[in-house]
Amino acid sequence: MAKARVKVPKSVKKGEVFEVKTLISHKMETGQRKDKKTGKKIPRMIINKFVCTYNGKEVFTSDWHPAISANPYMAFFVKAGESGNLDFTWTDDKGKATKKSAKVTVTG
Amino acid sequence: MGKRHLGAGLAVGALLAASLAVPAGADDGIRSGYSYMTPETKGMQDDDFQNPGMIWVDDGEKLWNTVDGKAGKACATCHKDAATSMKGVATVYPKYDPKIKKVKNIEWQVNNCRTERMQAKPWKYESGQLLAMTVYIRHQSRGMPMNVSVDGDAIPFFQAGEKFYNQRRGLLDMACKHCHADNAGKNARANLLSQGQTNGFPVYRLKWQKAGSTHRRFRGCNKQVRATPYKAGSDEYMNLELYVAWRGRGLPVETPAVRN
Repeated sequence: MAKARVKVPKSVKKGEVFEVKTLISHKMETGQRKDKKTGKKIPRMIINKFVCTYNGKEVFTSDWHPAISANPYMAFFVKAGESGNLDFTWTDDKGKATKKSAKVTVTG
Repeated sequence: MGKRHLGAGLAVGALLAASLAVPAGADDGIRSGYSYMTPETKGMQDDDFQNPGMIWVDDGEKLWNTVDGKAGKACATCHKDAATSMKGVATVYPKYDPKIKKVKNIEWQVNNCRTERMQAKPWKYESGQLLAMTVYIRHQSRGMPMNVSVDGDAIPFFQAGEKFYNQRRGLLDMACKHCHADNAGKNARANLLSQGQTNGFPVYRLKWQKAGSTHRRFRGCNKQVRATPYKAGSDEYMNLELYVAWRGRGLPVETPAVRN
């Protein structure tokens, strides 16, 4: 079960570069660990893709690999254009997507 | 650290409780595990958004308001708002309970409430729920100085904890004190030894990639000196938890802290 949190400023000036912070709770099982009792490998289960769109346009994307820690934190910068929505999507190995959306108001 | 300090420690604890402005543990050289961390790890703890331990706080808050058990009660049914009812609780636990004639910690008390009052199943030690609830309860006292009671009926349990702390064990024949009292601040190979304070527990430990309790930490330490660890929630660890909490008297509660 993945729960996501995002933090964006409520309002920004047009043209300003603002920071977006995200954190998602996820085990990020690497596929390298063994079950101590059975000795079998625990199958890999990580989030392998993170995408952020701003009013439908992709502004940030990253591929994640097994060395990414559990509960990944990702922060990046976006330049303010028009008021609207920032949409975040985390996709895991099973193709299951966790989505979160945040509103940003652009002034001036 | 020992009986020599017991009286003075209590007086210091009382003083600190009266004045929050006193720098934590400055008198006795008591240092929080926080001060041993790298700037990056400190930064993680300082920013509530970036601190992964806050996930357990959020989970705990949900559980606090969730009805469970045959009695149809949630924690919030009796205790109302945790921000007021649970404030300061973390500073006085573990404490002596005259009913069981033993020392109890927060995990024990949560499960006792669940079985006795809520008529619900107790949570397993180190389970996601019990960790989340403990983190949530201790989080309500963040910034308040640790001030456990080690007098009166608690004395024999405190002494048992102290004995455990100073007792050699395992193949390496080492006691807690060899690392955390005698050599704190020095390196054991690449690892910087801390004083082993519990004020930030349950902590989000980067090695564990999740939150963990004091008893998990005790078990880990015992295994590292090649000793057979006791069970989480055992009397031995309860007493030790009391003694270690007393060692950190005056330190601010940091739950959920981030450690490496």
